[in-house]
Amino acid sequence: MAEKKVIDARGSFCPGPLMELIAAIKSAQVGDELEVLSTDQGSAKDIPEWLNKVGHEHLGTTETGGVWHVNVRKKK
Amino acid sequence: MNILIVGGGMGGTILANNLARRLNPELKSGKVRIIMLSASERHMYQPGLLYVAVGKMMPDEMYRDQRSLLEPTIEFSVDPVEQFNLDQNSVKTKSGATIKYDIMAIATGSRMAPETIPGLAEGAETFYTEDTAVKMFKTLQGFQGGKVVITVGVPHKCPMAPLEITFMLNDYFKERGIRDKVQLHYTYPIGRVHSLENVAKWAAPEFDRLGITYETLFNMKEVDVANKVLRSEEGTDTKYDLLIAIPAHRGMEVIEKGGLGQNGWIPTNRTRLNMEGRNNVYVLGDTTNIPISKAGSTAHFEAEALGENIAAIVKVGTPVRDYDGKVFCFIQAGKDKATYASFNYSNPPDPKAPSRAIHWFKLAYNKLYWSSARGLL
Repeated sequence: MAEKKVIDARGSFCPGPLMELIAAIKSAQVGDELEVLSTDQGSAKDIPEWLNKVGHEHLGTTETGGVWHVNVRKKK
Repeated sequence: MNILIVGGGMGGTILANNLARRLNPELKSGKVRIIMLSASERHMYQPGLLYVAVGKMMPDEMYRDQRSLLEPTIEFSVDPVEQFNLDQNSVKTKSGATIKYDIMAIATGSRMAPETIPGLAEGAETFYTEDTAVKMFKTLQGFQGGKVVITVGVPHKCPMAPLEITFMLNDYFKERGIRDKVQLHYTYPIGRVHSLENVAKWAAPEFDRLGITYETLFNMKEVDVANKVLRSEEGTDTKYDLLIAIPAHRGMEVIEKGGLGQNGWIPTNRTRLNMEGRNNVYVLGDTTNIPISKAGSTAHFEAEALGENIAAIVKVGTPVRDYDGKVFCFIQAGKDKATYASFNYSNPPDPKAPSRAIHWFKLAYNKLYWSSARGLL
């Protein structure tokens, strides 16, 4: 399995964590795992919403010390 | 000591001038040299492209001679870097020269990459170069009505550009008296009309008021040029008569080819701005992979922090401050109103209602930019 790519989007208001994920996932291979780090609580909702619509897999979200870790698998 | 600055855009120019002033005694004594290598003898005010695309600025207004913007103590050459040899602390240039450095700052910028989406380069108008902005204006002039679709790739330079071009197009068609014959349809990659939540909260009702339709969670997949259909990764599509694109951007080819960073974005420490793993190579402007706006103001504030730090390294051997993620973006909300967003890593923006006063300040800044590049503002 490929190494998990971590997208450190802490403190990113613009373009923001979801936009960082969209940019990064284009360069990833199908099956790759990516982890988004976000200090925006909204990421826990808006990233899974996009994953669901576009067809990538949401592997889960955890929160530690004000940082949300959103885990993703590229499916197509 | 050689300080090499690669790139003569906003970040490189402000940094070079900032350093030249701080290190004037060291430059005069010969202890320090500041060398700038650029791909062009001209410096473009890139935000001018938006105005060129709608006929509000002539292309020649966007340029100044690069040498005229630089302090005389800076050694400037039009000789772009073709190879970075980081382990040897040197670069090789197009002319074949090898230039050694003690400290290097890379500010090579970014470029639009419409070729990453099938059909986009052929099917869409863009405005990120002088030629494409002029071509877009000529196309607009010939457009008599129909559906105009604005579409946005990720990442892109100037996060306000998608909204600004949409408002500018609304006014452009209104001025021509054909707004009622034009449907403006805006698409955006995430679930609201702008990445900044407060900007989106202001812009969406503005779109409603102006009769601009929009679709969010729309990421370009391909353009069917023959049938004039834009398809999204999310499985939706939209027909268009005129497609206006803010294409995804990449860093410069020399960065990608040299293996300095995927897609041309160099992994960069977000507060010290050094290239990850290198303590004498710094990165600023669009070239970094820092998750903040690819905008002139980002390059400007990074250059100020870096200028202070590099000068301090020369003088006392250590940097003195962190870059706090500061960004300031004007938002042109049509032809006669504007507002702005200011934020950093810790504080979100809170833009005020657009006003004529900010619009006039933005127009003034279009000229004041040259003072900014010279490091005077």
